[in-house]
Formats: sequence, structure tokens, C-alpha cells
Amino acid sequence: MTMAETKTEAPAPQHGSTPMFDADEERRARRRRNEEIAKYLIPITVMSLAIWFWDRLVVWNEIEPYILPRPGLVLSTLIEDWGTLSASLLVTLQITGLALLVAVVGGVGLAVLFSLSRFAEMSFSPFAVILQVTPIVSIAPLIFIYVESRLVGLLLCAWIVAFFPILANTTLGLKSADHNLRDLFTIYRANRWQRLVHLQLPSALPYFLGGLKIAGGLALIGAVVAEYVAGTGGIGSGLAFRILEAGYRLQIPRMFAALILIALTGVIIYAATSLIAHLALRKWHESALKRE
Amino acid sequence: MTVAPLGQRSPILRMREVDKTFSGQVVALRRMSLDVNQGDFISLLGPSGCGKSTALRLIAGLMPPTIGRIEWEGGQGKDDLGVVFQEPTLMPWATVEKNVFLPFRLRGQSLRSVRDRIHEVLALVGLEKFAESYPRELSGGMKMRVSIARALATNPRLILMDEPFAALDEITRQKLNDDLLSLKAKTGATVVFVTHSVFESVFLSDRILIMAARPGRVIREIQIDAPYPRGIDWRTAPEYGVIARETSDTLHGALAPQEAAE
Repeated sequence: MTMAETKTEAPAPQHGSTPMFDADEERRARRRRNEEIAKYLIPITVMSLAIWFWDRLVVWNEIEPYILPRPGLVLSTLIEDWGTLSASLLVTLQITGLALLVAVVGGVGLAVLFSLSRFAEMSFSPFAVILQVTPIVSIAPLIFIYVESRLVGLLLCAWIVAFFPILANTTLGLKSADHNLRDLFTIYRANRWQRLVHLQLPSALPYFLGGLKIAGGLALIGAVVAEYVAGTGGIGSGLAFRILEAGYRLQIPRMFAALILIALTGVIIYAATSLIAHLALRKWHESALKRE
Repeated sequence: MTVAPLGQRSPILRMREVDKTFSGQVVALRRMSLDVNQGDFISLLGPSGCGKSTALRLIAGLMPPTIGRIEWEGGQGKDDLGVVFQEPTLMPWATVEKNVFLPFRLRGQSLRSVRDRIHEVLALVGLEKFAESYPRELSGGMKMRVSIARALATNPRLILMDEPFAALDEITRQKLNDDLLSLKAKTGATVVFVTHSVFESVFLSDRILIMAARPGRVIREIQIDAPYPRGIDWRTAPEYGVIARETSDTLHGALAPQEAAE
């Protein structure tokens, strides 16, 4: 019979009784659970409230639908005009996707070229910077004068906007391989190609993916802006043209519907690039590290 | 203290009167000579700035000497090195197995053809169960073991270690020192080991080159004849204390007066 075996009424924590949670730990666990729920609940609630308030605002002030339509009207327009709008959405998506693809290939390709040759970097990086800092709206009209195909023109505009973050980030990433690892590759007599494939490209991956997240959004912006400038309609025109067209015809609900589609597209692109980054880095990179 | 010739060992590398000067004025290393023989365990011991890491980088071929020659027996050699840095220097994006595979991959060998060897060296350092782990899942000591396994994997003629355990805690460090000697006994590896720890160098090496700074140079060579394998018996032997004392005195004697007073 030992002292420890004499039980007291109050469940005071005792040594040896596992598992043991003290009050502080319980509080933390509770807070974590609440935060987990709030992470989804709060944005949804606030968004719903905002839409409800929009609706009330229109009703209370008796605003005409050609100035500010009610959310329900926007939704029914979206459904009614789905035929036209979805075709335009597809066009915008195609241009954005293609531009992003070319931006990835061009950006990474140029970055690799820069890393292989300082001479190439010194020669071409001023062009890249000039293209980046000149607002696309001011170059776009020229592009549509010189380029015959409208599609190619749109692509070119979207590409100019999207490729720079990929180029800049990947260039930085290719340079940021660990010093000791570089020495190790030298000692093991790695050739340039091996160094690029097994050391520099993996080191650059987190940087590239950061650039991709930005470029995804920019490609969409580039595509929309270019279409505003191009301005011609007909079959094969994207969402931006639908907005312009609806504006001229005072079809404001339709304008809102197209706008919502563009915003949604942007959100989906961001989510997709974030997911790609997460999947590629979760096993090894600091950014994906969960701290205990 | 016993000082005796180290028997007949075949030479691997000769460093002859080597100078290394940076920017034409900073003398990092002056008139350093070193013979490395098959099976040696040589420590370069000294304070920071004494040129010990510079000597290692010269041997590794990461830079050429300003004056003097470094000759490898039989011509080749630089392809046949293992290196362990102060940091584990693993590729974070690759598993332990892929990290140890690196020297083979850079020689153009396939993973399939060397997988057995990789698992063999991982077993030698006690990490055979961690082949599929990523570096970030391992402790500091375990990462260092992976780094050692990578250096051993190709059975190199010479292994260079640049203060490999300096960043580890004392307990892990002693354990890795013990393990390093048993690895050496098993593989017969030749090691040049840079350290600033007197006790580490006396425990591990059969030759210590004591170095001093400004300019970096070798001031004394001490031979230690205590037989391998060495363990706790050596750590507590009277001779160990005597040699450590003498080594320490030599080091302090070489420091500039104001530094010694610190």
C-alpha cells in the first residue's frame, strides 16, 4: 500500500496517469477546433450578409435594374444567357490558359538561358524589364496593328503580363542553390546539365511556383485587358467583350453576370496554382512544414 | 606520449610547399606540406583563420594553389573523393536514398545498379530504415549520418571532413566520433579531418597537424600510435590526457599574446 493509491475525490492531475491534459492544453485544443470551423463559417456568413445587404439596398432605395440589379436578377440572367456567356468564358479561359502555358515555357526557358550564360542575361533582361514596366493597355493597340490574327494578339498581350513574375522568380531560384551543395557537385565533377537538372531546377521549384501563382492571375488580367483594347465582337469573343457589349446596351444584369464569371475564374486559377504548389512542395519545403 | 613511425602505408596524396593567397595580399596558407597515406586519419587542428578549411578546399580541387603542387598518386584522384561539410548539405527535395545515390548518379550509374550498395552504407550508419525519409524528418545527428553515408558510398580513396560535428551537441558528437572510428575500421577509409576541438582530434587521429593563424601555417605535427579501434578506454587513458595537454599547449603557445589573454 503506497500513498499514491489513496484516492481523493477531486480529479487532481497525478503523476503516472496518462494521458494528461492540463487546463491550458484543453483551452488550446478548444481554440484550434473553433478556428477550424470559423475558417469556413465566417467568410461564408459575411459573404451572404453582403449579398443580402446588396439586395436590400436595391429594394429600399428603389434602384432601377439598369443601374444596379438585384442579386437574384443577376443569377437568373446568368442562367438565361448561359449559352452566350459560357461560350465567351471558354474563349477567355483558352486565352488565359494558353498565355500562362507560354509564359511558363518562355519564363522558365529564359531563366535557364540566363543561368547558363551571364552574357544572355545582360543582353536580354533589359527587354524583359521594359516589357514588364510598360502598362499593357499602352502596348496593346500597337500589337493589334502589327499582328494580324486577333487570337495571337490577345495571347501576346496576356503573355507579356504573365511571363515576367515567372522569369524573375525562376532566375532568382536558379541562383539560390545551397553553396555547399554546389561545391559538392563540383567535387563530384557534375557537368552543366547535371547541375541544372539535379541541383538548380529543384532549388528553383519553390520560387517558380510562387511566380506561377502571381502569373495565373496576371494572365487573366492580361487576357481581359487585351480584349477590351481589341474591342471587336462576333463569334469567338470573350467575357471582356460581353461586358463592353452589355454596357453599350444597358444590359447591366448581364454585365454583372459576366463580371462574376471573370472573378470566379480568377479565384479558381489561384486555387489551382496554390494546390499545385502545395502538392509539389508538401514533402520537403519549409513553406509546407507544419509546426507542432 | 608515444611517437613512432606509422608503418608502411602507400601514399595517396602529396602536398608540397603550398601557398594560397587571396586578392594578392591575404596569405591564407603558407608553405604547407602534407603526405596522406592509405589508411591515415589526419586531423588539421587550429583556431579560425589558420587556413585549415582552405587546405581542405585545395585538396578537394575547389581552387588551385597560388604556389606549390598537390600531387595525387597515379594521377587521378579528384574524382575519387568523399566530402562531409559542417552542415549535412543534403538535398531537401530528395529522400535519404536519393541523397546517397547522388555521387553514383553524377557518374551516370542507375539507381537499380547501386541500390544494394546504398542500403549497405545506410546500414553501416544505422539508418537502413530511413531510406524513404526526407531530410527534414531527421534529427541533426541523423542528417550528418546520411552525409557520411554519402561520402562513404563510392568507396573513395580519400574522405575530407570539414568540422562535420561542430554544430552538434556534445553527446551526439561523441557518439558520432565513436561511430566514425568503427566505420573507418570496417571500410579502411583514409580521412583528412578539420576540427577546432583538441579532444576530438586526439581521440580520432593518428596524426595531428597543429596550425596557427596570420599567416595560416602548420606549426607542429603530432603522431599518435594508440591502436584502433579506440573507444572509452582510449578516452580515459593517461596517454590521451598527456597528448591532449601537449596539443593544447602548442595551440595556445602559437596564439598572439593578446589573444592568449582572452
